[in-house]
Amino acid sequence: MPVVHVSGIRKTYGRTVAVDEVSFDVHAGEIFGLIGPNGAGKTTTMECAEGLRAPDRGTISVLGMDPVRHAYALQERIGVQLQEAQLQKRIKVREAVGLWASLYRNAVDGDRLIEQLGLGDKRNAWFMTLSGGQKQRLFIALALINDPELVFLDELTTGLDPQARRAIWDLVRGIRQRGKTVFLTTHLMEEAERLCDRVAIIDHGRIVDIGTPAELVRRNCPERAVIIVTEDRAALERFRAIPRVASVTCEGSRFTIRGQEDDLVTEVIECLAEQHIRAIDFRTEHPTLEDVFLKLTGHSIRD
Amino acid sequence: MLRGLWRLTWLEIKIFLREPLGVIGTVGLPVVIYIGAGRLLGPRVGRVSLDVPRFVSADLPIFTSVLIATSAVLSLVAIIAIYREGGILRRLRATPLRPYTILTAHVAVKLLFTAVTLASMVLAGRRYYPIPAAVPVLSFAGALLFSTLSILSIGFLVASIVPTARFAQPIGTLIFYPMLGLSGLFVPIESFPPMLQAAARALPLTYAVSLLRGIWRGEGWSAHIGDVAALTLLFVVFMAVSARVFRWE
Repeated sequence: MPVVHVSGIRKTYGRTVAVDEVSFDVHAGEIFGLIGPNGAGKTTTMECAEGLRAPDRGTISVLGMDPVRHAYALQERIGVQLQEAQLQKRIKVREAVGLWASLYRNAVDGDRLIEQLGLGDKRNAWFMTLSGGQKQRLFIALALINDPELVFLDELTTGLDPQARRAIWDLVRGIRQRGKTVFLTTHLMEEAERLCDRVAIIDHGRIVDIGTPAELVRRNCPERAVIIVTEDRAALERFRAIPRVASVTCEGSRFTIRGQEDDLVTEVIECLAEQHIRAIDFRTEHPTLEDVFLKLTGHSIRD
Repeated sequence: MLRGLWRLTWLEIKIFLREPLGVIGTVGLPVVIYIGAGRLLGPRVGRVSLDVPRFVSADLPIFTSVLIATSAVLSLVAIIAIYREGGILRRLRATPLRPYTILTAHVAVKLLFTAVTLASMVLAGRRYYPIPAAVPVLSFAGALLFSTLSILSIGFLVASIVPTARFAQPIGTLIFYPMLGLSGLFVPIESFPPMLQAAARALPLTYAVSLLRGIWRGEGWSAHIGDVAALTLLFVVFMAVSARVFRWE
């Protein structure tokens, strides 16, 4: 049984349709990402699963329960980090963790959690004095305080610098390692690619495709490219002669060989060896989720 | 969730005390102004001579009490607006804390500091405004607490409609100060045109003033059953409406 089962949900605000016909499953022990641009319906979908909103139509089951009807029972078993949430400016890290710990029946040791998330020397700091990364780590601590089976993370790394972001990714992987399921949203394709086991791409309130990042790329953007830098004058002809190559372009000594087959790289290497072409540089270019998104929606995720 | 309520209330008290300006504004300033006014007017008030307006001699304690209750309500409105805008209410709500627990904690904090302010004023101002021995102080404190709760219910309604934290103070002021004017504290309600009289009778401050005045003069609670009933009814009505329209984000 999936940990989260969402089936045909629809949610409107006034005349705006926030999500429509959204269906997906989140499996036990995976990091599942809902990815899409701002306003695509990620947060609405997640908040429906958290029981903070009720969908107008469709059904959701989380850990076998209805998130709205069994909101309080469910809260004991899930951890939640909300997008752009704040705490009281002058609450101390230790106090926030202590308050949260007192609210749940099964709370883990707050002090140890603070240490684990690298906030040990910020124990007595006011919330308002924490950096963006430290605030997010505190919110992760609050989401983990009840040792939940399922953790919701909404736009966890938005606004963080790359270094803080990487540190947070490691923490999220750590959550999975402890056997928990993670359901996150992000508009950062790199984050989805590096962190998620499976992703659902959402745009204008609808799911466009679901799969592992590799599956999505293979399915939607099968083109590969091999880039070779060589001074060999005969290279262009030789590359064009490789079977099933779609195109070869050349800028000075830099050649880009495109094709759709998984064998493309092997074929190119064989060609280099057989023809004794001296390559100064050799690299392959894979399409990313970013390309997949562009292909599926016709616009960049940054628009 | 009694345990959560106690913890949250205690935390909110500590957090409130960490903001020096808030403490000075809520507790310090009223006490200082009270003593300052006492130094200027005190000797005359003490003698209750004829040249002192009736308002100063008789209604000043009522006026002060109501004003402090009102400012507690205004600061409740402001804090709820700030918490909502910052997403703090949203975050607290996504825990096993029941929504009313969160709001009750704030009401408790406001009531506590209202009580602290008034107690400090009474103690610090003893020399200038000796409270007549005939005044049932405990009974009066009870009446004030009860009135404040009823006024707070309007505060919740205002907090529900305030769009952002920036508007909380001005909108709150716009609503509460006219209420003060209509409460019968300055001008008897009977002298208002019928429209305003009707408005005054729909507002808790009117009954609060009547109740507080009566208790201060030594009348029993039994003489003010009507005020108590009206305050209770308005409390229930305003809370019911607030519960429907209250926005958490």
